[in-house]
Amino acid sequence: MNKTKKIMAVDDSPSIRQMLSFTLKQAGYEVVEAVDGKDALVKFAAENIQMLITDLNMPNMDGITLIREIRKNSANRFMPIIMLTTESQETKRQEGKTAGASAWIVKPFKPEQLLGVVRMVLA
Amino acid sequence: MIDTFRETFREEALEILAELENSLLQLDEQPEDAEVIDRVFRALHTIKGAGAMAGFDDVADFTHDIESVYDLVRNEQIPATSDLISLTLAARDQIKTMVISSFGGKAADPVETARIMEAYRALLPRVASPIPDKAGLPSSAGAKGPEVTYRIRFRPSLELFHRGINPLGLLKELDRRGHCRIVAQTDVIPPLEKLDPELCYTYWDVILTTTEDIEDIRDVFIFVESESELTIDVIDDGGLLDQDGDYKKLGEILVERGDLPAEDLQRILNEKERLGDILMERRLVDGFKIESALIEQEEIKGLRLGRQNLESVASVRVRSEKLDSLVNLIGELVTVQARLTQTAIGSRNPELEAIAEEVERLTWDLRDQVLNIRMLPIGSTFSKFKRLVRDLSSELGKNVSLVTEGAETELDKTVIERLHDPLVHLIRNCVDHGIEKPQERAVKGKSAQGKVYLSAAHSGATVILEVRDNGAGLNRGAIRARAVKRGLLPPEGDISDRELFKLIFLPGFSTAEKVSTVSGRGVGLDVVRRVIEEMRGTVEVASPDGEGTVFTIKLPLTLAIIDGLLVKIGAESYVFPLSAVEECIELKGDDAARSHGRNLVNLRGEIIPYIRLREQFSVHGVPPEIEQIVVVQLASQRVGFVVDQVVGEHQTVIKSLGRMYQGVAGLSGATILGNGSVALILDLRQLLQMQEEAEDLFSEGLQQGLRQMTRN
Repeated sequence: MNKTKKIMAVDDSPSIRQMLSFTLKQAGYEVVEAVDGKDALVKFAAENIQMLITDLNMPNMDGITLIREIRKNSANRFMPIIMLTTESQETKRQEGKTAGASAWIVKPFKPEQLLGVVRMVLA
Repeated sequence: MIDTFRETFREEALEILAELENSLLQLDEQPEDAEVIDRVFRALHTIKGAGAMAGFDDVADFTHDIESVYDLVRNEQIPATSDLISLTLAARDQIKTMVISSFGGKAADPVETARIMEAYRALLPRVASPIPDKAGLPSSAGAKGPEVTYRIRFRPSLELFHRGINPLGLLKELDRRGHCRIVAQTDVIPPLEKLDPELCYTYWDVILTTTEDIEDIRDVFIFVESESELTIDVIDDGGLLDQDGDYKKLGEILVERGDLPAEDLQRILNEKERLGDILMERRLVDGFKIESALIEQEEIKGLRLGRQNLESVASVRVRSEKLDSLVNLIGELVTVQARLTQTAIGSRNPELEAIAEEVERLTWDLRDQVLNIRMLPIGSTFSKFKRLVRDLSSELGKNVSLVTEGAETELDKTVIERLHDPLVHLIRNCVDHGIEKPQERAVKGKSAQGKVYLSAAHSGATVILEVRDNGAGLNRGAIRARAVKRGLLPPEGDISDRELFKLIFLPGFSTAEKVSTVSGRGVGLDVVRRVIEEMRGTVEVASPDGEGTVFTIKLPLTLAIIDGLLVKIGAESYVFPLSAVEECIELKGDDAARSHGRNLVNLRGEIIPYIRLREQFSVHGVPPEIEQIVVVQLASQRVGFVVDQVVGEHQTVIKSLGRMYQGVAGLSGATILGNGSVALILDLRQLLQMQEEAEDLFSEGLQQGLRQMTRN
């Protein structure tokens, strides 16, 4: 990792945000936290983000909408997006994929699982 | 850090639970309000997710079904009844107790927990238990299986990039999981003017050797699997089935992959030219596809060969030429070191001598280590012999099994290689001549199954290999008759078993009544003996009455460098292989005279014949007053060799004699001494043989000498 990649972590749960943030920082990434979709969009515009990790169920703006909004901007068409889901249902995941998510992680997850997926999609 | 996570979760959970209570009460008033239902769901969702990650597994488990029920409420599949809300309020209190209890509060009542969980479960439709939660990327922990090789074709959807996926990440992930060879297939990339740079036209062939199972491999592609074409085939299972070094032909691989129709292959094969060339030339198969198939072939062949060569030897693989050149270098080093030592001694400089000694010690250590590297367990060849015995016995209608012992015995690589043919020959002999047919065995009261034993063991600087069978044993009558017929023995006359059995190693000596496909074709035991002796070894045969035959092979551990005993005759230096030397004794002029020119010496009561090397090699000059006899053991026979002077032990790097001297009998090689001069290495066995031939009376002389000695 010659250049530090900046990752945005979006989740309404402080516990999960803290866990994401801690794990990613430990692995040498820079992390920007956001509490929901709306917050994320605002911060996203201000920062140079290389990757997005977002929960799907959030107040104000949910993850699916956030992914769609981000992908609308052609500059972000190829940015990796990981969605966090607790559902093992195919439908939610499919919805996320259609919206443009690159990958997903099923909660709860272990730090090494998170890093595994991040490493893979950041290539 | 864990504690911080828990702390954060507790605060968050208490906050959410307070909110949840409000939402539930609100829901009781407006049971249809989607927004409120959503809030309840989200609260449960967060508690479950965050709880599990902060280590509150009990909370996560408890909340799981409640969340599922509210998912149904959210999708308007079940109504938010007042009963449900009461139940959820109770559940909320239970969660709160659970969270607080882990920080020192009173524990949650397990009966109540179970009651609530049961109530929720009853609300859920009876579906098959939910798919176990699988994170996007499962940890690849778990027991390591054998190495398996997969053939993977990954053809992603054209729109792959639009989801922010870089296929290189997936390929890198594969690479992390084992030994990986990747070929990109580019045949569907359109011409530049038609190419959309945002689409992924390339697809990939991967040959991956890994200990992970196929599900783990599939998981790498989990994010793209549904819209990609992904085929994973096991093409090598780690040697569980196929032990052959061969693998499928190029054509077969291409047909199997669906890259080439079978009928096309058949047509081309009929043309008898190199398949790859034809396919390329006619553009039947894209070049990269052929490359990919060839890589598959190469990988599997390499793997299987590797397995054959290094069965169960977990180690680094080094090309054998590298080892050979290392051994050569050590040889040079040993020679130079000898020179250094000699110079140091001559210089009378104590400091230099100390250094020379140090270098000597290190050189010897290094020599031992390097020679050790070339050592391989002989067991790797044993399996071939098992097969040989199996095939032979069925061919000959016999029931024979091979029992091996000492598979872990280590021998120099080149020795093992050169041993192969002699061993095959001896084993064939045992199966063909030694072991009787089952009927015969039954008559003799032996078990129906004959056994051939192959054993290897270390004995000092030598290795002893034994090929033994429990068959009929050697036929003394037949050997004697054959020997008499060939004029090797007088018709009458006494001969010991040992002497008699030696005859079977003579060229062209076969007692087989008829030539079978297996043995008795004249390429006899003489070849075995020659090969073994070329390696400075010996082979003997014994056959205790009716108990089968035993061939015993003794071999030096290595062929490159030996411990030698340096001696002098006149100005010339010679080297004895130290392993054969038993002791050195003095030979005074009057001792020699007393034995009346019979060349015998009395060693502690034992009469030992000796050979004067000075005469043998026609060295001019006068021998010293006191000569030395080097007593050696040659295949259970003791013989003395008379030399002028014994110099001492010598690290002997064996150099072969030039072509001109190749045929010289009595010498097996040469070595370079510290002062740069050459010493010849003696072939003791040949010397003895020469002497025996030169004077047929040698053994007779022994008899006479004995008589004389007893008379004196």
